[in-house]
Amino acid sequence: MLQLNVKRLPIAKPSSLLDLGQGEQGILDRLDLPAAVSRRLMELGFLPGSPVVAARSAPGGDPRVFRVDGAEIALRGETAARLMLR
Amino acid sequence: MSGCQGCNSGAVAAHPEAHAVAIVGPPNSGKSTLFNRLTGLRQKVANYPGVTVEQRLGRARLEKGREVTLIDLPGIYSLAPRSEDEQVAHDILSGAMRDFPRPDAVLLILDSTNLSRQLMLAAPILALGLPSMVVLNMADELRSRGGEVDVEALSRQLGAPVALISAMRGEGLEPVYRFLGERGAAPGPVELPVLDDVPRCREWAARIGQRAAYQAPAPRLWTRRLDAVFLHPVWGPLIFGAVVVAVFQSIFSWARPLMEGVQSLVTRSGAWAGSLLPDSVLRSLLIEGVWSGVGSVLVFLPQILLLFLFIGILEDSGYLARAALIADRTMARVGLQGKSFIPLLSAYACAVPAILATRTIENKRDRIATILIAPLMTCSARLPVYTLVIAAFLPERPLVGPLLGTRAAAMLGLYLLGFLAAFGTARLLKSSVLKSERAPFVLEMPPYRRPAWRSLGLRLLDRSKVFLWRAGTVILGVAVALWILAHLPLRDGKAPPIEQSFAGSLGRAIEPVIQPLGFNWKIGVGLVTSLAAREVIVGTLGAIYGMDPDARSLGLQRALRKDLTPGGAVALLVFFAFAMQCMSTVAVVRRETGGWKWPLIQFAYMGALAYSGAFLANHLVG
Repeated sequence: MLQLNVKRLPIAKPSSLLDLGQGEQGILDRLDLPAAVSRRLMELGFLPGSPVVAARSAPGGDPRVFRVDGAEIALRGETAARLMLR
Repeated sequence: MSGCQGCNSGAVAAHPEAHAVAIVGPPNSGKSTLFNRLTGLRQKVANYPGVTVEQRLGRARLEKGREVTLIDLPGIYSLAPRSEDEQVAHDILSGAMRDFPRPDAVLLILDSTNLSRQLMLAAPILALGLPSMVVLNMADELRSRGGEVDVEALSRQLGAPVALISAMRGEGLEPVYRFLGERGAAPGPVELPVLDDVPRCREWAARIGQRAAYQAPAPRLWTRRLDAVFLHPVWGPLIFGAVVVAVFQSIFSWARPLMEGVQSLVTRSGAWAGSLLPDSVLRSLLIEGVWSGVGSVLVFLPQILLLFLFIGILEDSGYLARAALIADRTMARVGLQGKSFIPLLSAYACAVPAILATRTIENKRDRIATILIAPLMTCSARLPVYTLVIAAFLPERPLVGPLLGTRAAAMLGLYLLGFLAAFGTARLLKSSVLKSERAPFVLEMPPYRRPAWRSLGLRLLDRSKVFLWRAGTVILGVAVALWILAHLPLRDGKAPPIEQSFAGSLGRAIEPVIQPLGFNWKIGVGLVTSLAAREVIVGTLGAIYGMDPDARSLGLQRALRKDLTPGGAVALLVFFAFAMQCMSTVAVVRRETGGWKWPLIQFAYMGALAYSGAFLANHLVG
């Protein structure tokens, strides 16, 4: 399992959904997750090439809600960190 | 929240010769609202044989007195059979479900406010080749937020009839009724994408939407504004706590006048019926056995309905998903996830639907852990016991102005006790036998909506039926059996004093075991009968004390005060908080976990917890 400290790495450009600040948008590039989980997320709209906007989060910052394909989906940080941005 | 399906389980097969139509759609598309709208009171809830998925069948009335059977399938995102819900939907639609005929037609219901995504489900449904109608729901919301769609163009694109409706307002249903009435043709030949390829399916859906001139409505501003409050870092958790407290306080203070009304109705009708009957064994059985037993449980109907009403409002308004989001971090701390929150909240009403609701948890170990702890949450069957004991031993005084009284606070304390026991157990399980990697938590946030009162009303009616059915069967049966045990063996053709009856001997036999808990043999009889269902103890004690001439005038509360020390009273509360006294729950756990192993472990664990907890309480409180 990837740890949450990915967030703390000094990076110029957001690399995963986890790096998006509230209201920021990114374009999804790929899903680094097991096939079954990827498929479920793709059915919900997390398709490579789709724009994803970070919306609100639960108090404490995790899980976070993402706006994708007209819906709002909540993901934990550990999952969001595996959805890589372009 | 689904009700006590396990209580009246058994498959309801549709008549093979009748016209049957399945309603399919993604979660939150208004599927159940449409089903309720079309069937009204003519519906039945059961379980598919062998699986945990709820089966909802209903009849829609058409013109000229004709009827059609409707099957409300579980909400699904695709037909790929991965979860149990999808498996059931897949099996029924393809005719592979055992003992269940394939439906003749399909109503595919989609949320018109997010059509291009929802159309993805149309591909696998149309590929089935069954006559299908695509129903676009929430037409009112689509229009009010400036969206539009060309229904006829969409119908041409899909090769199937399309209707734009509002299930909540009952608008635009004429074409749906027409479709139900006719044996429609299979969908026309249209080009469908490769179903396994999600990106292709999505492109196909977008293209179809475009060709049907679909204009997505403006974003839901109200949902965003409300989320800014409900998911606020400070206000969010405060509101969450306030909602929980408000629900508990109101089911105790608001329900009281209603409960007193039912109580006086039961007492007066019992006295009236008693005055009509001659003094005989029959009168004693009817009034003391049957009526006082069933009546003492009937009193709790208003309270249980209020609880279901609140959970229903929270669920339908969309707040429950936010609550799951807020709860996820806490749940993660004991190794569970936010999705366990919804089953566990349902467990406050009844463990049976809660255990059925755990099927939304994909991770098997998380699911078993949730099943094992669900019966520790304070279900409504405990309320009659808690209310009785608290009212008998704790005088009502305001604590925080009019907001919180001593009795509501005690009740909250008991809820907290169950909650802590459940979470301690979860932690124990998830760090030992059910250890697993954290499963991904994926939860769609539905928009905030006004609850549909019609659907809520139907659900409450369904709950009342289940509750009254239980009162009329299990509780009635136990009441009659107890009355017989309490009146035998006959002495000189007369019933013996209660302590010399069979029931009394039974109570006395277990008295040495329960004496350390501060319970006498009368409570012992109640503990034995409440193994069937917790609330039965109230009726049992009512019957035992009702028959005891010394206690007859005292009323149940005063009788209890005479027989129990404060320590014994607290011990009784603790015992009921922990023990697994519910045959329906044992049965449903066995079915859900596929064997006797888990229900037996659960029964023994909860029994040991109850005994040691009650023992401690009796000795600490004194």
